[in-house]
Amino acid sequence: MLDAKIPEGPLEDKWRHYKEHAKLVNPANRKKLEVIVVGTGLAGSSIAASLGEMGYRVKTFCFQDTPRRAHSVAAQGGVNACKNYKNDGDNVFRMFYDTIKGGDFRAREANVYRLAECSASLIDQAVAQGVPFGREYGGYLNNRSFGGVQVSRTFYARGQTGQQLLLGAYQALMRQVHLGSVQLFARHEMLDLITIDGKAKGVIVRNLDTGEIERHGAHAVILATGGFGKIYYLSTLAMGCNGSAIWRAHKKGALMANPSWTQIHPTSLPQSGEYQSKLTLMSESLRNDGRIWVPKKEQEDRLPNQVPEEDRDYYLERRYPAFGNLSPRDIASRAAKERIDAGYGVGPLKNAVYLDFSRAINDQGVDKIREKYGNLFRMYEKITGVDAYKEPMKISPAAHFSMGGLWVDYELMTTIPGLFALGEANFADHGANRLGANSLLQACVDGYFIAPYTLANYLADEIRTPATDIHHPAFDAAAKQVEDQLHLLKSIGGRLSADYFHKTLGKILYDKCGLSRAAEGLEQAIREIKALRQQFYADLFIPGGLAINSELEKAGRVADYLELGELMCHDALTREESCGAHFRVEYQTPEGEAMRNDKDFAFISAWGWAGENLSPVWNKEPLTFEFVTPTVRSYK
Amino acid sequence: MGQWTQKTLTRKNWMAFTGLFLCFFLVIHLLGNLQLLLPDERAHLQFNAYSHLLSGNILIKIISWVLYASIIAHVVYAVIITLTNKRAGDVKYHYDRRGEVSKWYTRNMGLLGTIIFIFLVIHFRDFWYVYKFGSLPLDAQGNKDLYTLVVAVYSETWYVLLYVLCMVALCYHLLHGFFSAARTLGVYHPRYVQWIRVIGWIYSVGICAGFALIPIYVHFLK
Amino acid sequence: MHIRLKIWRQENSQDTGKMQDYALADVNPDMSFLEMLDMLNEQLLGQGQRAIEFDHDCREGICGQCGVMINGRAHGPLKNTTTCQLHMRSFRDGDTIYIEPFRATAFPVKCDLKIDRTAFDRVIQAGGYISVNTGQAPEANSIPVGHPIAEAAFDAAACIGCGACVAVCKNSSAALFTSAKITHLVLLPQGAVEAQERVRHMVDQMDAEGFGHCSNTEACEAECPQQISVLHIARMNWEYNKAQLLKK
Repeated sequence: MLDAKIPEGPLEDKWRHYKEHAKLVNPANRKKLEVIVVGTGLAGSSIAASLGEMGYRVKTFCFQDTPRRAHSVAAQGGVNACKNYKNDGDNVFRMFYDTIKGGDFRAREANVYRLAECSASLIDQAVAQGVPFGREYGGYLNNRSFGGVQVSRTFYARGQTGQQLLLGAYQALMRQVHLGSVQLFARHEMLDLITIDGKAKGVIVRNLDTGEIERHGAHAVILATGGFGKIYYLSTLAMGCNGSAIWRAHKKGALMANPSWTQIHPTSLPQSGEYQSKLTLMSESLRNDGRIWVPKKEQEDRLPNQVPEEDRDYYLERRYPAFGNLSPRDIASRAAKERIDAGYGVGPLKNAVYLDFSRAINDQGVDKIREKYGNLFRMYEKITGVDAYKEPMKISPAAHFSMGGLWVDYELMTTIPGLFALGEANFADHGANRLGANSLLQACVDGYFIAPYTLANYLADEIRTPATDIHHPAFDAAAKQVEDQLHLLKSIGGRLSADYFHKTLGKILYDKCGLSRAAEGLEQAIREIKALRQQFYADLFIPGGLAINSELEKAGRVADYLELGELMCHDALTREESCGAHFRVEYQTPEGEAMRNDKDFAFISAWGWAGENLSPVWNKEPLTFEFVTPTVRSYK
Repeated sequence: MGQWTQKTLTRKNWMAFTGLFLCFFLVIHLLGNLQLLLPDERAHLQFNAYSHLLSGNILIKIISWVLYASIIAHVVYAVIITLTNKRAGDVKYHYDRRGEVSKWYTRNMGLLGTIIFIFLVIHFRDFWYVYKFGSLPLDAQGNKDLYTLVVAVYSETWYVLLYVLCMVALCYHLLHGFFSAARTLGVYHPRYVQWIRVIGWIYSVGICAGFALIPIYVHFLK
Repeated sequence: MHIRLKIWRQENSQDTGKMQDYALADVNPDMSFLEMLDMLNEQLLGQGQRAIEFDHDCREGICGQCGVMINGRAHGPLKNTTTCQLHMRSFRDGDTIYIEPFRATAFPVKCDLKIDRTAFDRVIQAGGYISVNTGQAPEANSIPVGHPIAEAAFDAAACIGCGACVAVCKNSSAALFTSAKITHLVLLPQGAVEAQERVRHMVDQMDAEGFGHCSNTEACEAECPQQISVLHIARMNWEYNKAQLLKK
């Protein structure tokens, strides 16, 4: 049984109580303590900058050429915070409840409450850093509403909120680099975690420009490496997003929690051909004015504008009259897939649904729509060559966010002492489905406001520990293993590219461990992934050398995905209920809605690595609901 | 070291200051030269008297030294800036169509400046040098007879052509120079930027048309 | 469609490098430009050759990592569009496409089309931030910022740091990049506090990195994927001159 170390007491006092009693590190001792931060997105940059400001010695790593490229940059819609600036009845408890309900009651109460509690400070912090949030004419901050809630609590910087928040954190990080408290290692990829006497003590990284394998020791290691939704190959994620850092930590003993819970975003652009490398996300805000429909006739060959009103099926409005086109992401995605699978999909590959603005344009005028969504319509036209003011957009669901990740306790520490996981890399706050505009929030809150305290609580006991010796046998062994793996991959000498295996794996996962899952399909997927892995080690080909070589980088990531994918299927197979993004076809109501099973499955599955080709070890953390009562999520 | 440790923006400021002073000078110079367009007899004596005035006055002397210094500084800074820019981008593209997104004369200020510089050398030799160090006959009022020299020089067709062509080069140089100087000195408000554009355009065309008109007028009508 | 490619190949930063010819058949006009390069790399891999290295990540125009010269234009023939958002429908069947890395002395080539843009990081390190520590922030609404000012600050802050402004500039000047950050921060009351120090340090660093002078050709604005205005450069000059005059 896993212990999340949740503080005692009433929900609203837990975090305050923790902070009041957590151990501290004296400023003079901080400069003796080294911390490694892997990843420079919102979570990574914010913790690295915060620790630098506090006086710790920090080393930060990212695989991109500069920290500012991390994929937090791509979040469009906004960031939630219960400031109640709109006087519409928002407060910490309401935000907590919306989030835990949105996650289908599969998250810890204490964590979610803390997320809501710290949200207000994040807005203060970001504004002080110069993040140009949208404002009203009086000069005060503006808000908008977002899917799944009834108040306006989403702060935004046009359609580039993630970019602006990241630049704020990046600039704070650059300031610390300039002051010398943080050392920056860009174009470095973490390839292994070092544990000495059971504690996280360093990392092995590869300099992607020179190919050199480097050793870095520290008193604690923080992984803020984001999500692994790119495992589906076609996703809204960046090409470089990967699960390697957390996977390699997992193989060193950290547990992986609920890895199969992946949010499939309903409004992304559909695949248009085999060559496609990514599915671009169109902001969810489009659903405020767009109506989603498919033709009532299978294999409809009329153009969308020629399909009369009576031949259109506005299936979200039909099935969920209360929320309609604004239903939560998991529900909207699943409904789209249901229609597409039933043969009503549109577009050349019959893999999309229409998102139609004609009524909104009629009601509000084209200028109003242009003002609200002009940049998105322009982006749509750039990518597809279609003018969405004149004909409906074609959209389709795409893999987007990993609710699962490394298991962490209340202190964001994994099962390896001294190894912390922040942001999307951990599993903690979103349950089985994340609400829009909560991902930026979680990454920032973890980095700015939670980890600085919990890390100090851990490091307080390490002040007498000398600097980690990078010539310790644990480093030697890990460095050798990393080098061996690189040489192994290089020496296979087959004929297929890493992308080929990645695409094949992605297809298996989309079909069998995607929007809907069935026991039979998942078992088959596990067999297929095992076979694909074998083929990978027999038929992979990597041209080029050990220095700059993107094929080598990809191959290492795909090798990890081929193991992680199997674990995802295991996780989905063993969770015999439907909850949030996890929809098992065996567990649904006669109307096709998810059927959660609180009696048997109110727990978090945390998987341990048993070894190559061995079944993973299943640990459970029970979820107890002291302060809210799980209800059936209904958006009808 | 000196120049080499100056910041890029400081160097650009000097370009702007010297350039704007030369712009100011051009106005004065043109106003003086417009006397050449007066009826023959009046123009003859008045122009020579004006020239004499310019060569004798201490205030004018100081201004002329500032003028020479400006020309030299403008050229020296242009060379320094060009060399630094060359170093900043020393590898050429194999296929370069960057020009499609900017105006040709904004990219070729150095070339236009060189044309103007060559013109200046000729111009100084023909008039300034002869007036200062040559032996010019005196007119009825006892002033050096620059007027007759001017009329004589402008009677040469090739000289008039060269003069007009150089004025076209000057016009483009001013068109970008005036506007660019304002930018360098920090005019960033969109409204004033628009005004500067219009004023710069009127100024450049006005100055150059005026200067080009004089030799043409003298050539054909005197 | 069928296209011919002339691509810069360079083993490493020491190598002299050269343009190399490739041909690619069955290119789909709906492919993005980078997907066309993926396809070429698959073809090269099939022939046992080293893949062409190019920078890219998000492929939706926001991370700023992609960026090459395509037919002599930064990010290709479309204005205000990143390389990843350019699609093959912008080319014709039978076209020859030249692909070269962004060039500037401050952006050395690392391999093929990959370049080193860490100079931009160092310019930001010199002062492109507001010096506020985590925890110091006052209540967000205690600093009202007028709507037009907030919007103008956003316009400047939208820079994605791709380096197209430097690549297209005949002087390899980083004035647009540097000035966008200076304007973003000076417009906001919380950023105005250290405006003078910031502008002097950032301009000094910009020079130290070996970028050239701005000669106001305005090519950078035309190619900038975020349409950052050249007026920010004038604003930077204004702030710099003010800072120099008021320096103690």
